[in-house]
Amino acid sequence: MSGPASDIAMGVRDGSRSAVTVLEDYLARIDAREPRIHAFNVVLADEARHRAADIDALVANGADPGPLAGVPVALKDNMCTRGVPTTCSSKILEGWRPPYDATVVHRLSEAGAVVVGKTNLDEFAMGSSTENSAFGPTRNPHDPTRVPGGSSGGSAAAVAAGFVAVSLGSDTGGSIRQPAALCGVVGVKPSYGAVSRYGLVAFASSLDQIGPFANTVADAALVLQVIAGHDPADSTSIPQPAADLSDVLTEGVAGVRVGRIVDLPSGADPDVDERLEAALETLQTAGAKIVDVEVPAFTYGLTAYYLIAPAEASSNLARYDGVRYGLRVDATETNAMYAATRAEGFGDEVKRRIMLGTYALSAGYYDAYYGKALKVRRLIADDFERAYQHADVLLTPTSPTVAFPIGERTDNPFAMYLCDTYTIPTNLAGHPAVSVPFGTGAGRLPVGVQVLAPMLAEPMMFRVAAELERAVTS
Amino acid sequence: MSEPVAADPLSADVIAKVAKLARLELTAQEADRFARQLGDMLSHFADIDALVLDDVRPMSQPYALRNVLRDDTVDPGLDRDEVLAAAPATEDHRFRVPPIRGVAP
Amino acid sequence: MSTDGWELVIGLEVHVELDTRTKLFSASPNRFGDEPNTNIDPVTLGLPGALPVLNRHAVELAMRIGLALNCDIRPSSFHRKNYFYPDMPKAYQISQYDEPLNVDGWLALPDGTRIGIERAHLEEDTGKSTHVGGSGGRLHGSDYSLIDFNRAGVPLVEIVSRPDLRTSEQSRQYVTELRGILLAVGASDAKMEQGSMRVDANVSVRRPGDPLGTRCEIKNLNSVRSVGRAIEYEAARQITMVEAGDTVRQETRHWDEGDGTTHTLRTKEDADDYRYFLEPDLVLLAPEDEWIDRLRSELPALPAERRAALSEVTGKATDSEAVIVVTERGQDSYVLAVGEAGGDPARALIHVKEAFAAFGDEPAVPAQDLAALTRMESAGALTPTQAKAVLAEMVAHSGGDPEKIAADKGFEAMDTLALETLVDHVIKDNQASWETYCAGQDKAIGALIGAAMKASRGQADGKAVTAVLRTRRSTA
Repeated sequence: MSGPASDIAMGVRDGSRSAVTVLEDYLARIDAREPRIHAFNVVLADEARHRAADIDALVANGADPGPLAGVPVALKDNMCTRGVPTTCSSKILEGWRPPYDATVVHRLSEAGAVVVGKTNLDEFAMGSSTENSAFGPTRNPHDPTRVPGGSSGGSAAAVAAGFVAVSLGSDTGGSIRQPAALCGVVGVKPSYGAVSRYGLVAFASSLDQIGPFANTVADAALVLQVIAGHDPADSTSIPQPAADLSDVLTEGVAGVRVGRIVDLPSGADPDVDERLEAALETLQTAGAKIVDVEVPAFTYGLTAYYLIAPAEASSNLARYDGVRYGLRVDATETNAMYAATRAEGFGDEVKRRIMLGTYALSAGYYDAYYGKALKVRRLIADDFERAYQHADVLLTPTSPTVAFPIGERTDNPFAMYLCDTYTIPTNLAGHPAVSVPFGTGAGRLPVGVQVLAPMLAEPMMFRVAAELERAVTS
Repeated sequence: MSEPVAADPLSADVIAKVAKLARLELTAQEADRFARQLGDMLSHFADIDALVLDDVRPMSQPYALRNVLRDDTVDPGLDRDEVLAAAPATEDHRFRVPPIRGVAP
Repeated sequence: MSTDGWELVIGLEVHVELDTRTKLFSASPNRFGDEPNTNIDPVTLGLPGALPVLNRHAVELAMRIGLALNCDIRPSSFHRKNYFYPDMPKAYQISQYDEPLNVDGWLALPDGTRIGIERAHLEEDTGKSTHVGGSGGRLHGSDYSLIDFNRAGVPLVEIVSRPDLRTSEQSRQYVTELRGILLAVGASDAKMEQGSMRVDANVSVRRPGDPLGTRCEIKNLNSVRSVGRAIEYEAARQITMVEAGDTVRQETRHWDEGDGTTHTLRTKEDADDYRYFLEPDLVLLAPEDEWIDRLRSELPALPAERRAALSEVTGKATDSEAVIVVTERGQDSYVLAVGEAGGDPARALIHVKEAFAAFGDEPAVPAQDLAALTRMESAGALTPTQAKAVLAEMVAHSGGDPEKIAADKGFEAMDTLALETLVDHVIKDNQASWETYCAGQDKAIGALIGAAMKASRGQADGKAVTAVLRTRRSTA
C-alpha cells in the first residue's frame, strides 16, 4: 500500500530520488494551475527549495531526514508558522507573522517534510465552501466553476490538483472530510486529542482537530503517524503516542461489523446514496457483516453544533481586538476601537456566528441554548456508544451532495450549514472519521464515503478505509 | 432537516445588546439582516425542545482527562522585539491603545 | 464614627499573588519589576493558537492556603469569564466559577471570633496599564494608555469571606491575620503596597434584626489602614443616606486615600454579562488524597498557634499587643529560644517588642545574650533603665555579653549597704522633704527618690530606694 508521499519519502531516504527534483515537479503544476484554482494564500517556493536542498544534503551525508523526507506538504492557513504569514483567510490577521510554530508544523519539519505554502480556507474555519475567505474562493480542481468544499478547501484542492503530495487541514464540523469528498481525496479527522491543537488558531476548542489530506489511505496514515501523539503543550492532548497504523492497511475486513445507520437524516442526493450502498456492498463482498444500527440523536447534531461551536468561537475570537497584533482601526477610545476593528476585519459569516454564540451564552439564554446543546451532545455520544456495541465502524455519506456551483448557497446560511449534516456528530462525540473517495456522482463529480469509528479506534477505521480504496482503485 | 420555517426575527434591542457584548459595530442593514437570520436559525434549533433532557449530564469535552499539570520551571519566552514589531502601536516597549473608558471588572 | 442602632455587615475579597517561579498557565517567569513585556509567551499575549497548561506548584500553594483556612478541597474546574479590556489579552480570564478548589473554611481573629471563608479559588492576573496624559496618571481624562503584559497570567488565589465581619477593627484584624497565614505557608509575600495582596470590601448597613441592606463594593484599598478608614467612611455614607430616606445603590466604588472618600466606579447596570462557560482547553483538577494529606501534614504552625505558644510561655494574653506584634514580626520563636537558653521569656517579650522592630524574624542579637540580660534583671543586678541601655548596645553591635557591657558602662548593681548609705545621705540632705514624708505625706517620697537618683547618677533602683525609705519611716 503506498501513495505519492510514501513513494517520495522512500526514494529520497534511500537516495534514489532528489527532494529538489521532486519539488520542482510540484512547483511546475502550481505555476500552471494555481492562478485558476487559488488553493494557496501564499506559496513559499524559495523557502521550499532551500529546505529540499537541505534534505538532499542530509541524505548525502548519510543522515536520515525522517519518514516524510522531501515530501511537499501544504498547511491550512490557520496553523501558526513562525515568520510566515498566518491569516486564517481573514482581513483581521492579514500580514500577521506568528512568532512561534504550531506543534504539528514542528513535527512535520522534524520528519523531513517540505512546506510549499499556506492554503486558503473559509475565514477562521467557518464555512463549508471556502467562499467565506476574505481573499477569494478556492475552486474545485475537478470543475473550477464549483466549490471545493470547506472550510479546508485550499488544502483539499492542493492535493487533488497535485500541487502537493499531502496537506493538513482542520476539522470542527466536517471541514476536512467534506472538502475531501468534494475534491475526491482522502481526508481524516482523528480522535479528539490525538493531534495537538497547540498553534492551531482556535475556532471551537472542544471540537477542533487537525488531520491529513492525501491521495491514498496509506499516505494519510503516514502523515497521521507523524503528527499525532501526546503533546504537553496541549492540556487536552491524549496521553498516548500515535496509533500504530503500519500493519492494518492490508488486514482486510473479514468479520468486521459495519453499521448502516437506519435513522440517518435524509437529504442526501440519490447519486450520493447510491455510492453509499455500493460501498456497503463492497465491504460485504470482502467479508464484512453489515448490521443495521440506530443513532436517534444523530439528527439533532446540527442544532447542537450550531449552538456550541459559535459559542466557543465567540470567546476564542474575542482576542482579535487590535491591541497586540493584526488589524487595528483607530478610534478615540478602546471600546470604539474594538468595535470598528472587528467590524472591518471580520467577514459576514464570522460576525453572524459570533453574534449567535454570544447570544447563546448570554445571561437568561444560556440554559435554553448553550446549556441544552451540551446535553444533546451527551445524548449523541451515548447513542454512538450503544451503536458501537453492535458495530465496529459505521458508514455514511460524507456530504449530502457533490460539489455545488460557486455562489449557489452564499445567500442562504442555513442551506450551507446542511453540508455538514453527516460529519458534525462525530466532532460532538470526539470520535475519528475518514472520508474515502468512492466513485463519482452527478456530472462525474467525486463522491466520498465516510467511515466512523469509536474513540481511539483509528486502526479499525483505517482498515476499513483501505478496503474501500482497494475496491475503487482495482 | 425540515424546510425553513417562517420565524420571528430577534428584536433590535437584543441585537444591539449582543453586538455590544461582542464589540461588533453593525450597520443598520447588518443589524436587520442578523436579526432575521438569527431568528430563522433559532427557530430551526427549536427541534431540540422536543427532547427530554432533565436527567442528562452536559458534555463539554469529548475525552475525560484529569490533573494535567506542568512543572514550575521557566521556559524561554518570546523575543520582545519580534512581538512588538507585529503590534499595531507601541511606545516605550509597551502596547499603546487609545484612552480606556470604563473600568476593569 | 457613630453607628448607634446600626449593624455593619462586611465581607472581604482578597486577591493574592502566588509565589511561584512561573505563571499559572505558561512557563514565563513570575517576577515583579522586570523590563516591560519581557516575560511573555503565546499564552501570556493571547496569541492565536496558544493553549493553557496548569502550573502544579500554583495548585499546591492554593491548596496550602485552603488547608490553612480550614477549607474542604474539592475536585474543581475552570471557567472562562468573558469581557473586553486592554490588559486582558484573551478578552477572557480563566478563573474558577461554580466548582472552586477550596470551599467552606474559616479564619479566627486573635480574640477567637471565627470569620467564615466561602471559597478560595485559582485565577490568572491581568497585565498592567499606565495612563498617559490627563492628571497624575489617572485613568480619567488620559490621552492614551500603555500596556505591559509581564503580570498577565501570574497566578492568583481569590479568597472570599462570608459577610461575618461587623466592625472596621475586625476587618483590619482579618487582613492582618490572613497576611500572617499566607506568609506562614509560603504562598505569597502578600505586600499590599506592591499589589501582591489586594483587598476589596463589601459593605452594607442595617438595623439589627432587619434583612441585609444593599451592599457596595469598595476597591483601591492599599493598606490595612485604608481598609479600616474606607469601611468607616462607607458605613457612615450609607447610614446617612438611609436615615435621609434615600436608597443605597448597588455599585462598585473607588476609595480615594487622598480625600478619604469613596466614589462611584461602576453601577450594577454597567456590569458586563460574563457569559461563564467551562474552559474547554483545560481538564478537571482533582488532587489525590495522598497529595492533600501530605500538604496537611506539612503545614507549619500558623499565627494563632504561635501566639498561643508564646502566650503560654510568657504568661501574656494571646490577644495582648506584645504577643500579637511579636508574632506578626515572626519573632515569637526567638522569644521561645531565649526561654530555652535560660532567660526570662516574659521580660524578653517586652524587650523584643520595644527594641527589635527593625529586625526581621531572625534578630541579630543572639538568643543567649538576651537570655543573660534578662537573668541579670531578674537577679536585680540591673535597673530597668540600665537594662534598656545595655540592650541598646547589644542591638547596635548585634549582641554582646551584658555583664561586660554593664561593667563598661559603670552599671553596678547597688548592694544593700551602698543603698542604705545612699538613703542616709539623701535623708540628711533633704530634711524638709523627709519630715513631710514622715508626717504622712506619701507624695513627698517623690522628691527623696529624685534626689537619690541624682546622687547615684541613675544607678539606684527606684523601687529599692522606695522600699528602704518606707522601712526607715516605719521604724523612725
